[in-house]
Amino acid sequence: MKKIFKNIIIIIFIVINGCSDKPLNNPYSDSNISNQNIFYSSFQERPKHLDPVRSYSSNEYAFIAQIYEPLFQYHYLKKPYELIPLTASEMPEVLYLDKNFKIAKANKNIDYTKYIIKIKKDIIYQNHPAFYKENNIYAYHDLSSKDLENIYTIKDFKLNSTRELTVDDYIYQIKRLADSKNHSPIAGVMQEYILGFKEFKDKLNKKKFSNTKSRISFVKSNDIYGIKKIDNYTFSIILKRKYPQFLYWLAMPFFSPMPWEADLFYSQNKLKKKNITLNWFPVGTGPFKLTENNPNLKMVLEKNENFRGEVYPSVLDKFKNRKYFHHNSERILPFIDKAIYSLEKEQIPRWNKFLQGYYDNSGIASDNYDQAVSLNNSGDITLTDELMTKGINLKTSIAASTYYIGFNMLDPVIGGKSDKSRLLRQAISIAIDYDEYISIFTNGRGIIAQSPIPPGIAGYQDGKTEFNKTLFNTAENNTISKKSISEAKSLLAKAGYKNGIDQKTGKPLILYFEATGAGADTYAFLNWLRKQFKKIDLQLVTRVTDYNRFQEKMINGTGQIFQWGWNADYPDPENFLFLLYGKNGKVKFGGENASNYESKKFDSLFIKMKNMKNSSERNFIIKKMLRIIQEDCPWIWGFHPKSFSLSHKWLENIENNLMANNTLKYKNINNDIRIEKINKWNKPNYLLIYFFIIIIIIFILSTFIMVRKKDKENAYD
Amino acid sequence: MINYIVKRILYAIPILIGVNLLTFTLFFVVNSPDEVARLHLGNKRVTQEQIITWNQERGYDKPLFYNKSEKGLESFRKTIFYEKSLKLFLFDFGVSDSGRDIKYDIKQRMWPSLAIALPSLFVGLLINITIALFFVFFRTTKVDYYGVILCVALMSISSLFYIIGGQYLISKLMHLTPISGYEHGYEAIKFLILPVIISVIYGIGSGSRWYRSLFLEEIEKDYVKTARSKGLSESAVLFNHVFKNALIPILTGVVVILPLLFMGSLIVESFFGIPGLGSYTIDAIQSQDFAIVRSMVFLGTVLYIIGLILTDISYTLVDPRVRLK
Repeated sequence: MKKIFKNIIIIIFIVINGCSDKPLNNPYSDSNISNQNIFYSSFQERPKHLDPVRSYSSNEYAFIAQIYEPLFQYHYLKKPYELIPLTASEMPEVLYLDKNFKIAKANKNIDYTKYIIKIKKDIIYQNHPAFYKENNIYAYHDLSSKDLENIYTIKDFKLNSTRELTVDDYIYQIKRLADSKNHSPIAGVMQEYILGFKEFKDKLNKKKFSNTKSRISFVKSNDIYGIKKIDNYTFSIILKRKYPQFLYWLAMPFFSPMPWEADLFYSQNKLKKKNITLNWFPVGTGPFKLTENNPNLKMVLEKNENFRGEVYPSVLDKFKNRKYFHHNSERILPFIDKAIYSLEKEQIPRWNKFLQGYYDNSGIASDNYDQAVSLNNSGDITLTDELMTKGINLKTSIAASTYYIGFNMLDPVIGGKSDKSRLLRQAISIAIDYDEYISIFTNGRGIIAQSPIPPGIAGYQDGKTEFNKTLFNTAENNTISKKSISEAKSLLAKAGYKNGIDQKTGKPLILYFEATGAGADTYAFLNWLRKQFKKIDLQLVTRVTDYNRFQEKMINGTGQIFQWGWNADYPDPENFLFLLYGKNGKVKFGGENASNYESKKFDSLFIKMKNMKNSSERNFIIKKMLRIIQEDCPWIWGFHPKSFSLSHKWLENIENNLMANNTLKYKNINNDIRIEKINKWNKPNYLLIYFFIIIIIIFILSTFIMVRKKDKENAYD
Repeated sequence: MINYIVKRILYAIPILIGVNLLTFTLFFVVNSPDEVARLHLGNKRVTQEQIITWNQERGYDKPLFYNKSEKGLESFRKTIFYEKSLKLFLFDFGVSDSGRDIKYDIKQRMWPSLAIALPSLFVGLLINITIALFFVFFRTTKVDYYGVILCVALMSISSLFYIIGGQYLISKLMHLTPISGYEHGYEAIKFLILPVIISVIYGIGSGSRWYRSLFLEEIEKDYVKTARSKGLSESAVLFNHVFKNALIPILTGVVVILPLLFMGSLIVESFFGIPGLGSYTIDAIQSQDFAIVRSMVFLGTVLYIIGLILTDISYTLVDPRVRLK
């Protein structure tokens, strides 16, 4: 017995001595935290595609925009958003041509637009095996099974090389957009504008190829006749008409350079079998390269040693806050050595890791909202004391997005051009209180939409000086107020539905809302929506279905009322107003006009407006267009979401730029502060371990005593 | 024995076809190939032309079960069901709808699943058996009575509570382990401690009660009475006689689940960010990747059948009275 006690005391002594103040909950290896300038963040859903020909979502752009470099980029600091050259040496020369491809003498003679684009010299790609040559032959373009015996990832290739970026790579990528095998979402848009794109696409997709190699060879050797290489650093693109928004497309990852060597290298079936594909391992010229791609665990970007360098942007001439210039403008980008993004599907661990300092930035999920922000005495949103004590910063901005409830204009009751249906839509639009919606369902994170156009984009109506006159009245102090429910009811009566009863049939009017999702939030929203309709005595039946059925209803036009949203591709009103352009109708043309709205007046103004540059004349046309749709009410103008982002004090140079995707290069880390804070916030508390040790000892001892006692009892029994 | 095993393997074939048919029907009753294509191609600017090409590339442009445009056997062979299902029997899982080789992904992801499942199983087994023996030793006393109540309480709590509570207490308040994450190699240990502890605690209620009932069943048998009548102490009876005999159902119960450990845990992997096969399956269901769902269901069925065969074999090994015919 004495021996047991002695041993227990020794064990306890060892355990207590082994307890140090070093954080035990650190999810990274120590060397990572202390030695390098690393940015730590998380992602919720694995990116599906890292091939720029196909990537089209923000979680994919978060990675590829740091690796691939399109011709242009958004200025990081300037608002309104402004395009500046990235790999281009200057903004393109734009020529307007007539039908004979000569310079057009008058605006009305413009049939084509020619962009002459020059790129910078001496830009080189990241080191990659696709470029490696032996005796002037590409060493890894025809790999055998034996060559691949010990190859599991791109890092396993021992020999790498690089080459200079030329315009051929941009031209090759545009041709890849036309290849149906690549499923580029913008192939349809580009064939409308780029001269010869459709012809090239048809030729390529009709031809039968024995293997991918011959397909790539075909793409390489055939040209789109509207795209011409002038020299290694200059090329031209001819568009079939005037389309100023094309420049925005050129700033998107779709128009990143793609070296044909990489495409050919990754097309080998043996590599595909090992999941080594272009969709998984990008090859770019940007400030970072993807060194680890395990999107089921983490993705790691490291500084590209071949990056040419770029200087932190400055807007000194009109920029009020000079700290950016003093701190950063002379320094070469990128500032950080590495970025580690960990997969974090659940919001509880994601939020807690941020609070522990293991993620440098975070959004605010609705569950954590109260823990993160509160309203101060003047009604402004501020951080809670807990977060302020930690030195966390909050940045808010209105997203270039719009969420709305749409009416299917093909529906015989709610749709159509008749006064009856228009008045019905207007009445419903007045009844639905989006202020309440924003407060209940988004924790106040959003602003009411007056039209489809969000803030920061030409034509935006701020709800003060300009607003939706169909739904709002001017009130005192230059503010606006929503029209009353009695006004909505009188509109309803005018439409022939007095007190919600169809005057023709004498039956109550029943409307149908198509919904997706089956969570608690969905049902709360549907209940709220029913109550909104009830305000004007209308009955709303909600039809909850899965997303596929919902899509089917939208495509066939069998739904009646639905909820939808749109995120901007680029900061131009055309990118929002096209959602109501008749030729984009979902049912008739398979476009993005989900409500199938058609108005000749609106459409003709849209055609006129879309090719114009921002000007007072364009604004005037937009105003007219907005008035038409506000009157017709094909949508209940919902809200523009407000994004809240949090970052620790050691993360520097955080700017709200919702259009730029390549922002990692601007971020900087103050590692000394991070280490100090992490050590302070994560001191291990061994109380629990001591408690369990004591409990276990008590349990063992008492069991031992009880067993001995019982054994003795049995022996005597 | 060999005859028996061969017979069981042959019986497995119609089961596998049936499971495959059921998965296939359920999947395509809910989703048409066009809908799956639309989900994979994204929400913005998807054209019908792209959907058609996507379906053609993956062979989803064919009829589901019967091809009217073909004659004879070809009318069955040139269908989605035939083309997608037959290769599974050769363990050729093909590529996922997002273009990745499934077999490669399974090989990569089964190790993290096993890294949680094996220690959880064996530590859990040890603790559950210990607690069950403790209850049995003190049967009909208050220790046993309150112990069973505690077990029922533990069983009644949702696994999510254990996970969130464990993360809160051990990682957030005490800062003893990372909240979530995973690393390969030895670094994995610090990430596995918490999920293993939680899995073990979650299993104590049901596991202890189950083993307790196995021991109680044994303790009423005649040979135990004989042992007691020889004057053996209660602990000697329990450990030398009851425990050994109760090991047979324990062992066979463990053998049946061993192969399934590869499949991982859906919730634990998701909450702890562990890249195992459980989260692989969940992700595939969410993204409607039929190729992965089909492969995982097939693999699960095969492993379950293997588990049952191993159980039968293990019976013959631990109990000489059992013979397989």
